[in-house]
Amino acid sequence: MTSIPYNPAFDERSHTYLNIDYGVRSWLLTTDHKRIAILYMLGITFFFFIGGAAAVLIRIELMTPAGDLLSDDTYNKMFTLHGVMMVFFFLIPSIPAVLGNFLIPLMLGARDLAFPRLNLMSWYLYMIGGAIALTALILGGVDTGWTFYTPYSSVYSNGYVVMTIVGIFLAGFSSILTGLNFIVTTHKMRAPGLYWTRLPLFIWSMYATSVMQVLGTPVVAITLTLVAIERLFHVGIFNPAWGGDPILFQHLFWFYSHPAVYIMVLPSMAVVSEIVACFSHQRVYGYIFVAFSSLAIALISFLVWGHHMFVSGQSTYASMIFSILSFMVAIPSAVKVFNWTATLYRGSVDLKTPMLYVLGFIGLFTLGGLTGLFLASIAVDVHVTDTYFIVAHFHYIMVGGAVSAYLGGIHFWWPKMTGKMYPEWWGRFAAFVLFIGFNLTFFPQFILGYLGMPRRYHAYAEEFQVLNVMSTAGASILAVGYLLPFCYLIWSLKYGKTAPANPFGAAGLEWQTTSPPPTLNFESTPIVEDEAYAYDKIEVPYD
Amino acid sequence: MTSASAPATEHEHADHAHQFDDAIQQHEAATLGMWTFLATEVLFFGALLTAYTIYRHYYFDAFRYASHEYLRWYLGAINTGVLLCSSLTVALAVHAAQHHDHAPGQSAAPPRIGQPKHLVPLLLVTMLLGLVFLCIKGTEYYIDYRENVVPGPSFFHPEHVPPGIDASHIRLFMTFYFILTGIHATHMIVGLGLFSWLTWNAHRGTFARTRSNAVEICGLYWHFVDLVWIFLFPLLYLIR
Repeated sequence: MTSIPYNPAFDERSHTYLNIDYGVRSWLLTTDHKRIAILYMLGITFFFFIGGAAAVLIRIELMTPAGDLLSDDTYNKMFTLHGVMMVFFFLIPSIPAVLGNFLIPLMLGARDLAFPRLNLMSWYLYMIGGAIALTALILGGVDTGWTFYTPYSSVYSNGYVVMTIVGIFLAGFSSILTGLNFIVTTHKMRAPGLYWTRLPLFIWSMYATSVMQVLGTPVVAITLTLVAIERLFHVGIFNPAWGGDPILFQHLFWFYSHPAVYIMVLPSMAVVSEIVACFSHQRVYGYIFVAFSSLAIALISFLVWGHHMFVSGQSTYASMIFSILSFMVAIPSAVKVFNWTATLYRGSVDLKTPMLYVLGFIGLFTLGGLTGLFLASIAVDVHVTDTYFIVAHFHYIMVGGAVSAYLGGIHFWWPKMTGKMYPEWWGRFAAFVLFIGFNLTFFPQFILGYLGMPRRYHAYAEEFQVLNVMSTAGASILAVGYLLPFCYLIWSLKYGKTAPANPFGAAGLEWQTTSPPPTLNFESTPIVEDEAYAYDKIEVPYD
Repeated sequence: MTSASAPATEHEHADHAHQFDDAIQQHEAATLGMWTFLATEVLFFGALLTAYTIYRHYYFDAFRYASHEYLRWYLGAINTGVLLCSSLTVALAVHAAQHHDHAPGQSAAPPRIGQPKHLVPLLLVTMLLGLVFLCIKGTEYYIDYRENVVPGPSFFHPEHVPPGIDASHIRLFMTFYFILTGIHATHMIVGLGLFSWLTWNAHRGTFARTRSNAVEICGLYWHFVDLVWIFLFPLLYLIR
């Protein structure tokens, strides 16, 4: 009544969700999914650079074989800080909370998510959780690694374990509530004519992600709570000296934390499907296979956690089954990669910035995925467990994959989110720098790991120095690759060209409204009559 | 689909929130939201029960001894009865609220202003039963405290433990007992908060005006919390 008495956006095309109100309260108390997405973007960027700073210190320390810059204790705290910040406060919320929040109602033709106030609450939970974890990590730090293995974390570590766990617990609930909101919105708020088989593949992947968030996160929440209880009350839950079972912790932890890998990667696949279709100007090849491969990944990824525990002492038979299932989860991932490349075939491929990031994603994700198959083989895994091979493998998935896709998505939807174009030349340059820097950082780590350099040590044998210096040099290039978009995207807010409603000639409902959209997204609820990716009906844009 | 293309401004003063097309969509979304949340809760308790089951398997004798010795099955049984009664009153409250509200599809009739008959008393009885449950649970905790079987600094009294049973395993059982029942009781307290809010709104007649299905949604939550207890009672108190 008082909030939106009459929406002038549709008359003047001048009122958008951004300029309808500039007050601080209008941001901090907003229930608009687009504003909440922007709030998330600010928070996530902040935590990303905190985690990145820790990574810089780690890489500088590893330039020389001697542990000379950081003490062993500080080094442990640095990689814990890096892991906790990047996993729980950057990667898991990154694409769902920013792009998902912004785009899901737009893609569904809805005015907002099903539960807008719950959405705002998720953001507050996330920020409070992040603040608590950050405080703990600054006050004295935690040296357990992001995995909190017991009984070290629950009995012996001297860090602020409980405080960090409280922070992660709150962020976990933020993640659950976001997933819940997405599930209900997808089920109940699709525009007329938008059947499940007409949904953009972005929605399918985000839906699968949400299911994993809703079903996986409570398990890690209660597991970490048990760690905190054991630590506070000195009762034996996981400590073998008091009758507990430390392996049980690992089972419960990885029951969430393996699906969590897919919580990070499936949203990237969501972004990739959209961008590949747009810049090939073609329907995604084998739509239904790509859609259901997301659900298959969500299902199988809950059954493979044991491959993190091949050396933990779990039974060999269990390990064999987990190994087979881990090979199986590669199948739907490969289906996606093949279908994306098949989409490129005979498409009119346009190598704009988002497409460069996405092509980077496909290559790096494939490499990360294939080395994942090495690790699913029990014998190879035992050989490289706790070496840099593992570190390289999951960074190919999480940084080469997830972060590339996140940046690609940010560029792709930047005109829609802000109404401004990013500078194309700088964008391409940054995507290139990122690709070079990433490979120089992490490819040497495959070799280091295969040669036997263990992870999580601040000192190492001298023969590993050359490869480590390469890796550190690559990290500095990678840092430039992150700082460049950070700078020119902010620059573009003031100096960028004004974006039209659909600058890339993309299909999808989000491109049919203005850039940036009005508060209620559409003038009237759109009625969908086409399949997804009806690119045969859209002219190729020339600029 | 007639309302689908209506401009957003028409939704002011409507019987549903601005993001929904109509009250039916809002009801369905709210119901699905609660079911999804309960799926989260199932996994939340599921992880705990898995851990409990595994330790019960490891330390069968100690768990059986502790369950028999330190838990009072009759108090648990009374509490089970109390909760089942509260589930009945919740079901009746949901019925009262829905019966008054008209089915959402028949919204052509103007909503009657006023309270659904019996809704407020039924909600109050539910809350009373919830409080009775918590009081009995608190009594059990107090007895445990007096008997020094609360895990913590004052726990140990190994002279009472029969040979062949490790006191630390008894402590493990008591730890799980307190975590499981404690988290369940926390859910009960949240439920009491929800029902206080419901009672206040039912008293003011809000549901009658908005045709909200809040009673149904909160009822789902309450039934779930009862159901958790239906699992906890035999697993902790009864099986030998």
